[in-house]
Amino acid sequence: MEMDWIWGLIGGLLIGTGGAVYLLANGRIMGASGIIGGLVDGTGLAQKWERLAFLAGVVVLPILIYPYYGHVDTHVSDNWAVLIAAGLLVGVGTRVANGCTSGHGVCGIPRLSLRGMAATMVYILAGGVGVVLFRHILGVI
Amino acid sequence: MRNLFAFIAGGLFGAGLFVSGMTDTSKVQGWLDVFGAWDPTLAFVMGGAMIPMFIAWRLRERRSAPVLGGTFPPTPPQKLDRGLIGGSVMFGMGWGLAGLCPGPSVASLSYGGTGHWVFFAAMIAGMAITPNLRRLLDKAPATA
Repeated sequence: MEMDWIWGLIGGLLIGTGGAVYLLANGRIMGASGIIGGLVDGTGLAQKWERLAFLAGVVVLPILIYPYYGHVDTHVSDNWAVLIAAGLLVGVGTRVANGCTSGHGVCGIPRLSLRGMAATMVYILAGGVGVVLFRHILGVI
Repeated sequence: MRNLFAFIAGGLFGAGLFVSGMTDTSKVQGWLDVFGAWDPTLAFVMGGAMIPMFIAWRLRERRSAPVLGGTFPPTPPQKLDRGLIGGSVMFGMGWGLAGLCPGPSVASLSYGGTGHWVFFAAMIAGMAITPNLRRLLDKAPATA
């Protein structure tokens, strides 16, 4: 627990380096919801192999690192209604807002993008309100 | 070549999400929960990620094209519209509810178990219905 922030920082630097590579080499914004969403709704099929290659990297590297950790508990909810509601909100919300934590936050804020900063403030506030509402008031999580 | 670099970028992203603990929903919810046992990790992840990205945007200004050709993404209009704000409210609520956002949802598919697949499937469904939802909203008389 005491070391968590160091690993957070190291992980953050890796995430940002990934975003830097994707921008400078491929000329693309590393936004997870945009990369996935473009494949789902067909708007990004022109770059489907590039998108799939990116997503393959996201899936494969944790598989390679996992054995060094032994077991990782993600503490995910076992309530399917909660997971389905949350997934729908995240899926629709990120597409309507045109970005998520990676696109608006990691890429948008260092670009000094007003939209990125506004979106990040709003989803963090909504997330905070959500946790208070669902955990402390409704008690569903 | 483009696909190789996309894979490398995705790999760095996935590795970073894994080692930072961002696929652990309790760390994300712990950061959002200012009234509970507050967990500061997410702030270090976001801050750490912005350092290389800030440098990358400065380097981008010195280049006319990406290393592998093509064009850089255009600067989007700096307009704060209802979609940006409303969509971000929805996204934030879902993020708080499950402790997952799109990147970590993909990164954790191999080891997170059934719950992660249920969330992922619902997220994909949400993304799939969004164009239809947009059309419905556009047809509805504007009340705001």
